[in-house]
Amino acid sequence: MAALEIHNVRKEFGSERVLKDVSISIDSGEFLILVGPSGCGKSTLMNAIAGLEPVTSGNIYIDGKDVTWRTPAERDIAMVFQSYALYPSMTVRHNISFGLEMRKVPKAEREAAVERVADLLQISHLLERKPAQLSGGKRQRVAMGRALAREPKVYLFDEPLSNLDAKLRVDMRTEIKKLHPRLGTTIVYVTHDQVEAMTLADCIAVMRDGHILQLGSPDEVYNNPVDMFVAGFMGSPSMNFIRATLEADGDGYALRIATPDEVDLLLPWPNGPPYGRAGGAARQAGDSRPAA
Amino acid sequence: MRCEGVGGYFWNSFAIVIPAVLISTAVGALNGYALTKWRFKGSELVFALMLFGCFIPFQVVLLPMAQTLGWLGLSSSRAGLILVHVVFGIAFTTLFFRNFYVGIPNELVSAAKLDGAGFFRIFWRILLPVSAPIIVVSVIWQFTQIWNDFLFGVAFSAHDTQPVTVALNNLVNTSTGVREYNADMAAAMIAALPTLVVYVLAGKYFVRGLTAGSVKG
Repeated sequence: MAALEIHNVRKEFGSERVLKDVSISIDSGEFLILVGPSGCGKSTLMNAIAGLEPVTSGNIYIDGKDVTWRTPAERDIAMVFQSYALYPSMTVRHNISFGLEMRKVPKAEREAAVERVADLLQISHLLERKPAQLSGGKRQRVAMGRALAREPKVYLFDEPLSNLDAKLRVDMRTEIKKLHPRLGTTIVYVTHDQVEAMTLADCIAVMRDGHILQLGSPDEVYNNPVDMFVAGFMGSPSMNFIRATLEADGDGYALRIATPDEVDLLLPWPNGPPYGRAGGAARQAGDSRPAA
Repeated sequence: MRCEGVGGYFWNSFAIVIPAVLISTAVGALNGYALTKWRFKGSELVFALMLFGCFIPFQVVLLPMAQTLGWLGLSSSRAGLILVHVVFGIAFTTLFFRNFYVGIPNELVSAAKLDGAGFFRIFWRILLPVSAPIIVVSVIWQFTQIWNDFLFGVAFSAHDTQPVTVALNNLVNTSTGVREYNADMAAAMIAALPTLVVYVLAGKYFVRGLTAGSVKG
């Protein structure tokens, strides 16, 4: 059963269309990563899933229930923010248990949840401190702890690692990767970091201008990008593009690539009929047939 | 004619100032919170209109206010004076709190919403605990304004509900031939004392609060 299903969601701010008919469906336990350049609508989509921004049209289903017009609290989700958004006046313990307290979980259960999460993230010794007394990495852990304590249906991570230094980011990435199978819950994760996307995801959605260009496994997105944008966006260093001309060559086809030398380079087209025209292998978005 | 000095009026002032300060600060805090963290269509316009309140000279509203207090049956009462001060104070306190809460990240409120807290719960548990600097500013400002007010006091109070500023004026203007400068001065000192005390006790927070958010870090 789909843990999260987004159906033709549109979001407009005045005349500006930020999300244009976005549809995604992910299964329970899947790790979905939304990537795309700044302003592509990935954070807006995240907020729409969280219920922080009402959508203009379309439907969002969590665990089979239509939550499009439910409040954030009713959706049973937890979110880790880029800025951590820890409650400054509360200790780490209260930060973690606040959500449970709001849901009227008995005190003993709350304490148990805090201990469990603190053990999991190795922050037991920090429980009595205030967020201001913690380093960036520790705050990040607490923010994750706050999300984990509630055991929601879906976790939302909004660029959770982008405020950490390079070393810590790699460590936390590993930790999230290890955590995911242990928790077994559905995660939607926004990032603009290629490596994070490629290493963490079960499923990557590449977004641009409010559209989802491609939705597929990291391997698919990396090796069989649907168009030149996805091809150039994924991977670091990014893919090289070479202008070529497609020609008939005996029974099959060949690519003619101009070189500085007298003789052009002629490469045989490997298999099947070509989809693209001269000047690159751009194809229609949504076409998942393998490209050469 | 009684001769009980300014003592009674001094307590009158407290009875007016303390509720007025508390109410206007509380309402200002809620306004500022709603205008920044629960924006609605036209919230900027509402804020702009409230700002007008900061620029309206007191004299302009004397007559309409007297009329309103009459309708409400609050003429010449302490409650009436409190109401007038609260209404005027809200413009300033809303401005203070709005500008303070604008600097508090919205993610904090989003996180609390996801955690299941509602409008008042978020205000009470998340925002109010970090609002100490701006509460101090609001309280000092309102206390000074309302304590030192003369115009509303003289216009909307009866003999037994006069604030100390009005009593001081009456005392100084009442002469029996000889000016009692010592008594005048003493009364003036007494009338000025509470604001002085408030500044001494909370002054350092005042400056801290006024400059809060102006510098990053």
